Amino acid sequence: MGNASFNLAYFGYMLQGAAWTVGLSALGFIGGGILGALVALARISRRTPVRWAASLYIQVIQGIPLLVLMFLCYFGLGLMGYDVPALAAAACAMSVYASAYLGDIWRGCLQAVPRAQWEAAECLGLSPAQRMLCVIVPQALRLATPSTVGFLVQIVKNTSLASVVGFVELVRAGQMVNNTLFEPFAVFSLMAVLYFAMCYPLSRWSYALERRLKTGRRTRLAA
Amino acid sequence: MNTIVKVENVHKCFDQTPVLKGVSFEVGKGQVVAVIGKSGSGKSTALRCINRLESIDSGSITVCGHRLHDDRLDLKTLRRDVGIVFQSYNLFPHLTVEQNVALALKLVRRLPRAQASAIADRVLAQVGMADKARSYPEQLSGGQQQRAAIARSLAMEPQLMLFDEVTSALDPELTGEVLQVMESLARGGMTMILVTHEMSFAAKVANQVIYMHEGKVHEAGDASILRAPQTQELRRFVGSGL
Repeated sequence: MGNASFNLAYFGYMLQGAAWTVGLSALGFIGGGILGALVALARISRRTPVRWAASLYIQVIQGIPLLVLMFLCYFGLGLMGYDVPALAAAACAMSVYASAYLGDIWRGCLQAVPRAQWEAAECLGLSPAQRMLCVIVPQALRLATPSTVGFLVQIVKNTSLASVVGFVELVRAGQMVNNTLFEPFAVFSLMAVLYFAMCYPLSRWSYALERRLKTGRRTRLAA
Repeated sequence: MNTIVKVENVHKCFDQTPVLKGVSFEVGKGQVVAVIGKSGSGKSTALRCINRLESIDSGSITVCGHRLHDDRLDLKTLRRDVGIVFQSYNLFPHLTVEQNVALALKLVRRLPRAQASAIADRVLAQVGMADKARSYPEQLSGGQQQRAAIARSLAMEPQLMLFDEVTSALDPELTGEVLQVMESLARGGMTMILVTHEMSFAAKVANQVIYMHEGKVHEAGDASILRAPQTQELRRFVGSGL
């Protein structure tokens, strides 16, 4: 029943929303990556309380819906007297959410490097930090890449929840366009296509990385 | 005799199970010592205690002047003085052979890159691996990987080298090429302790043979004990092996 039609301006507005979806995903991934690396290291620490605290963090965060984390970051930080921009609150929530999952994924990859590699590095006189950085992490990274890229898809899709705190990403932009035009099917179809266009390449990339991991380095050198 | 390793009355348990029950022996500079015995006799554990991969419950071990039971033990210099080669090679799979050898030279001995790779090239040539310096471990045979692992240890210029069943995962042909490298090290004067099942190699190269049985040194002497064992257990062990 809209009296305006779906023109390029509205399309451009939604594309702009999609760009913010990408931006928020990137912020969430960077913040979540940094926090997640710390969580993963804490999870395999030699000190029991540290391990225990990291494990509790993972379980608590994984047990809270991201939507609730969004509200907590937005209103919680607001209560403490900060005037939080929606982007900051959303990026904060995404980071915390991603860190709990990435931390757990990366812990598994660190532990998948055989014990004997630690031992060999130790016997050569490498310090604990050198063992981790030069021997364990490079091997774990190779193992971690496919699942990490796969998790990026989850991050991209879950940024849609940032619309509830008023951040104008793709969903919010689409809702606003729809409020003007009242063309829900067209608008939400376009939204779906745009999300798919962002996530599908990531999924393909993740599969490709996984295949490469299975076939090993030899084929990569030959290729 | 200039003693490099002195093991005195060492006891060790894993959980409740005693593995070493009063082990004592000495190794002099330049000696090649073969430690033999059945699986579970404690020979690998004894070896791992010598570079402090395992700690001991009682007794004392002194290695290259380091008192291992001392709280102020400097693990880092101990690890520089003692090299170890494992049954499963344990090369770093993400690095080339040369990078494997050069890593600790750069990180631990703090040598500049050029000097580290010069040393790496030299020790790789010594074990006959110069042409494989740019290969990754997974592109090599087991024998080549083990020789690279020996080179990695050798590059740190240890005073003592430990070999933990280094040929047990290899077929006879590959075993030969690794033993050849070890023999030339021995001839070069390297002090070596090897846990091994290669009786003929032990007989040929070792100055001292230690037969371990149920967590103790059951019989020890020069290589002649392999031909003329004094105890019934060693007689049975040698008889089953040859």
